[in-house]
Amino acid sequence: MLNVRDLGVAFGVVQPLSGVSFSVSQGETLGIVGESGSGKSLTAMSVMGLLPLIGGRITDGSIEFDGADITALPERAYRKLRGGKIGLITQNPMTSLDPLKKIGPQVDDVAKLHLGLSNADARARTIDILGTLRIPEPALICDRYPHQMSGGMKQRIVIAMALAADPDLLIADEPTTALDVTVQAQIIRLLDDLVKERNLALVLITHDMSVVAQTCDKIVVMYAGRAVEQGPVEEIFDRPRHPYTQALIACIPRGLDDATRLTGIAGTVPTVLNYPKGCPFHPRCPKAEAICATDAPDFSVVGESAAACHFAEVAHAEPA
Amino acid sequence: MILRYTFFRLLMLIPVSFSISVVIFMIVYLLPGDPIDNLLRVGSSAEDRAELVARYGLDRNLVVQYFVWIGNMFQGEFGQAIVLRRPVADLVAQNLPYSLTLGGLAFLFSSVVGMTLGTLSAIVRNPVLDRFMRGFILLGSTVPGFWLALLLILFFSVNLGWFPVSGAGGWDALVLPVLTIGFGGVALVARVTRVALLDAQREDFVTLLHAKGLSSGTILFRHLMPHALLPVVTILALRIGWILGGAVTVEFVFGRPGLGSLLIRALGQRDYPVVQACLLMLALAVMLGTLIGDVAQAAMDPRIREKKS
Amino acid sequence: MAIRSLDAFARMSIGRAFASGVGLVAGGFLILLVLVAIFAPWIAPFDYAAQNLMNANAAPGWPHLLGTDEFGRDVLSRVIHGARTSLSVSATAIAISMTAGMTLGAAAGYFGGFFERAVMTVVDLTWSFPDILIALIFVAIIGPGLTSTTFAIAIAYLAQFTRLTRAQIVRLKRETFIEATINLGAKPSHILLRHLMPNAIAPVIVVGMLAIGDGIVLEATLGFFGLGAQPPTPSWGAMMSSGTAQLFLSPWVIIFPGVAVAITVIAVNLFGDELIRALDIRDRLRGA
Repeated sequence: MLNVRDLGVAFGVVQPLSGVSFSVSQGETLGIVGESGSGKSLTAMSVMGLLPLIGGRITDGSIEFDGADITALPERAYRKLRGGKIGLITQNPMTSLDPLKKIGPQVDDVAKLHLGLSNADARARTIDILGTLRIPEPALICDRYPHQMSGGMKQRIVIAMALAADPDLLIADEPTTALDVTVQAQIIRLLDDLVKERNLALVLITHDMSVVAQTCDKIVVMYAGRAVEQGPVEEIFDRPRHPYTQALIACIPRGLDDATRLTGIAGTVPTVLNYPKGCPFHPRCPKAEAICATDAPDFSVVGESAAACHFAEVAHAEPA
Repeated sequence: MILRYTFFRLLMLIPVSFSISVVIFMIVYLLPGDPIDNLLRVGSSAEDRAELVARYGLDRNLVVQYFVWIGNMFQGEFGQAIVLRRPVADLVAQNLPYSLTLGGLAFLFSSVVGMTLGTLSAIVRNPVLDRFMRGFILLGSTVPGFWLALLLILFFSVNLGWFPVSGAGGWDALVLPVLTIGFGGVALVARVTRVALLDAQREDFVTLLHAKGLSSGTILFRHLMPHALLPVVTILALRIGWILGGAVTVEFVFGRPGLGSLLIRALGQRDYPVVQACLLMLALAVMLGTLIGDVAQAAMDPRIREKKS
Repeated sequence: MAIRSLDAFARMSIGRAFASGVGLVAGGFLILLVLVAIFAPWIAPFDYAAQNLMNANAAPGWPHLLGTDEFGRDVLSRVIHGARTSLSVSATAIAISMTAGMTLGAAAGYFGGFFERAVMTVVDLTWSFPDILIALIFVAIIGPGLTSTTFAIAIAYLAQFTRLTRAQIVRLKRETFIEATINLGAKPSHILLRHLMPNAIAPVIVVGMLAIGDGIVLEATLGFFGLGAQPPTPSWGAMMSSGTAQLFLSPWVIIFPGVAVAITVIAVNLFGDELIRALDIRDRLRGA
């Protein structure tokens, strides 16, 4: 369905993203994890073809959707994909909707634009979708304004917009970060159900490893604009081979009875302007050696998973 | 919803207009000298004086006097002009249309041209145009109106002879005054439109609009423009007052009839009944302007509608 | 947020405002103008009041660089002396306005409640009125002249300073370090004077600086209406007022004072903009 190969993104001379590859097929959920600033959202913007909006451009690699390269697609053709074949769910539902327009028309737009429905048909469809998303009284909600709804409700509306034209691929960029914990779980379950019911491909971008563990089939771990480890979710969680992945997994709270203290990762996330040489993680890595500061590691593949670490093989032996 | 909002805004105008009318009423009393003398021609007879006192209850206490005065104002009974020796109401009626025409045209000019320029400079990211706009906005908001008027007269009327120097003859006499008032207005509206559009473009929901597959044009006209219009409407509504203020100067310079030139003349001649009437009319216009602005804003923004009504 | 003391503010930001090309030119011009205003009697080539009817309405040339007016007075000398009137009237007015506005605004913002509502009602009332109308009402009450011009300008901009100061105080009151100070039991006067005001003052000063430009225009306008400076006091506005009669005969009499006003106000605005940029307070100005 979606096949991203060796993607590189630049803003002027700054290169915040390079060498990112992954693929998702229908009915599959891919998780992209990493701390803020690791390039997760840029990956989403690249797939949506919205980089020019924020002043960036794709410099390397390719993005294949439905078997066709869409990196050089003209804007007009790309617009058919956006909202039509690819739906986007953004981070902050509080600011994702136009505050001056009613909910209904904002959702109707998508079906009118991509499916060519009339006003009435689009509205019927909107009400239908809102209903399947477990929104109470969908017909009434259509006449409400965004500010009259809770964050969780708004995020459902955003999901409804993403679904309105029956897309094949959903990209959810931190869909729960801005929500209350209880609502987070609902939204994640909702997305999970949608993937199964509609046989969607979902790219779920998050920094929450526990969400990934619950919902994803595959995972890409990103750090400082690069993918550092990827593979099937069980494989990564059972045998993380990159020290960064190990650290991330160690950070997951395991409940009160576990009596372990929460851990963090020492040091800070590098910003685009000071990406370290060599392996980007080496300044914070407990296992770093001299070579890590000079040479960027290649992916070493074991089975279905791959890790970009000079000592990936060694790490393999000892699960965190 | 919007009617209810309008009603509440109207209610809120009552204390405001009350305070303003009190201030204007008090002008005559705050002046040095006897307030009754301030309302009378020099050399008026004792009978004139007695008649005035009887008519306006000037021998009673201030509160009563105020209510008599404001009651008269409501009935269009503005009193007698001291210097011009005519009913003030006639003067106002005679001058008001000129001010309305000039103000209306200047308002139209500044909003249409200003919004066009502002939108252009926000979407066409051209450094040369940018620089030109910034210069224009700076000039428009700093050059004193009356001086601009004088320069325009010098250039277009005296040197080129295209437009009449002064007066209120035909439509050609309106061109320079409208340009003068509009100049500052255009600059202001352009700046506000530009900033508002650029701000709106940065909003999160714009990303999602693009993600829906909408074209940039649709996004601009259906979603960004309404957002940009909010502050523009506020400014334009406030501008109604400022345009009248500008009209005061411009009418004076171009020797046009109008409330502004009437006011300035009356001030110079210490013709206080006329001053009071003019100020009251101008204050009314300003308040109406802000009211229209508020209501228009509420009509456009559901969040405001709910918060205030 | 660190507490920024006043002199640090002055040193850092004014220095930074001068650092840009535009800031340097605009700021340099303003300094020059102030010097010209102070030393006007020594700089002006002629006596500003000396009439010479034989040489009335002379075009710019030698020895009258900017020509003469209808009484044969030297326009350049009058423009130079006019700088004195315009700058001092506007600066005095704004100083009064700023002091009063800051006091009112700070008190309203700090104490809140009925007092705040009362002050803000009056302030919002005058806020929606064009400055020229407010000034005219005031001049209507106390009569024409430079003193009433000064107070008229002060009153016209009072609302602006009150609103701005109040907005700053209200915003600051929510900040953690102020809450901490309050919780530590500091006296209101201490909090207000030592913590709130120093932090609130930067935007107010910048707006005050910009308002001096507006004040100059307002002074010129009142002068032009004949309601400001009375003859023979030279003021840019009054010069243009008497010049209108000779608009066709000697346009330089109105052109040069106008140029003086325009350049001054533009310089004030450009320098103010640089100050805003140097202080990074654009957002704080927008809210008020």
